[in-house]
Amino acid sequence: MNKIVDARGLSCPQPVLLTINEIKKMNKGEIVILVDTDTSKENVSRAATAQGWNVKSVESERSGYRITISKEQ
Amino acid sequence: MGSLKTFFSTRWGIVSVGAFIGVFASLLQRWGNPANMGICVACFERDIAGTLGLHRAAVVQYMRPEIIGFVLGSLIAAYAFKEFRARAGSAPIVRFLLGVFAMIGALVFLGCPWRAMLRFAGGDGNAIFGLLGLIGGVWIGTLFLRGGYNLGRSQTTHTSVGWLLPLTMLGFFVLMLIFPQIQGQEKSGVLLYSIKGPGSMHAPLFVSLVIGLCIGFLAQRSRFCTMGAIRDFVLFRHTHLLSGAIALVVVAFIINLILGQFHPGFAKQPVAHTMGLWNFGGMVLAGLAFALAGGCPGRQLFLAGEGDGDAGVFVLGMIVGAGFAHNFGLASSPDGVGPYGIAAVIIGLLSCLFIGFTMRKEVA
Repeated sequence: MNKIVDARGLSCPQPVLLTINEIKKMNKGEIVILVDTDTSKENVSRAATAQGWNVKSVESERSGYRITISKEQ
Repeated sequence: MGSLKTFFSTRWGIVSVGAFIGVFASLLQRWGNPANMGICVACFERDIAGTLGLHRAAVVQYMRPEIIGFVLGSLIAAYAFKEFRARAGSAPIVRFLLGVFAMIGALVFLGCPWRAMLRFAGGDGNAIFGLLGLIGGVWIGTLFLRGGYNLGRSQTTHTSVGWLLPLTMLGFFVLMLIFPQIQGQEKSGVLLYSIKGPGSMHAPLFVSLVIGLCIGFLAQRSRFCTMGAIRDFVLFRHTHLLSGAIALVVVAFIINLILGQFHPGFAKQPVAHTMGLWNFGGMVLAGLAFALAGGCPGRQLFLAGEGDGDAGVFVLGMIVGAGFAHNFGLASSPDGVGPYGIAAVIIGLLSCLFIGFTMRKEVA
């Protein structure tokens, strides 16, 4: 069961803050982040990469995007 | 279109947008805008408040087409790239008040973050105090963000909600065409125009509008934000937005040198005063208000253009704040701070602290 961060409707920098907080808690594994703007999608992807995580997939949903990031170890 | 879409989210994308703004801000000064004020979102919204008669400071009244262009350029970009999404409802009254206080702080310094950088690039040493204040204010904002401050979620809403601020701007533009400036006259129909002072200095209407539209378009694509530049560096050590802001300063400086617009010094700088403490203090207030609202005044215009109704409320707050600033003697002038400017900065800071301390909500 992936950890899901729902950042929909939140403005800058909340989506990135929530993502990084979760990354720090987990250290490795897989996190799904839900966002509703392209800005948040870009910011979250950029932040995850900067933290050494991989952006596994970005799926378009009716209410925005579902971003899956992961780290092996 | 796909590669263009990704280009603007890259480092070179944001740098090129910052550089573009730097070039055209300096050129706008050459073409008629006030010195070191090629683009100043706060000053220009203040001029809009003036032309509408929300304050009666005779020297700062003009319907600045750059501001109109920012919103409409962003709207065009958002539709062209299918990013327009109407949303609203994240504590609008708080955003309104933050807009009011951001404007008051900016007018105590005499410029928004954009102008602080342009003043610096033009050699105005007083801008250093403003920039330090801005960094200080944003830094306080990041402490609140770390502590869980947020204004709650916005909701997706009717498309027409997102159109309201762009339509308002379009309405302003139509007013400008119906009641154009008449040489030597202060009033044209419902609009007021400055005969002297910064409000009387402006580039030709369509030059301002086209540059405004281009910047609005590019900034929507690249998410250019001067407050975010500092915030992201302080919070995450991210330099993405910062590189855009630095590009703006460097390029504006180079163009100013070429055009002979670089005049280093502290005294007698254009539309500036030398009270260092209040140059600093005004921008602490503005920086904190921008950080709590999630964007610099330019970014708020671009967000409003892509459908963010809460950003639109912030913009309206800034325009109303300009009314307060000049009606109550809060705004500074080249002689120094206004009679009640210092009190207003203190009240503004206390209000922002109240907002920061009391508006925390678990959202995850």
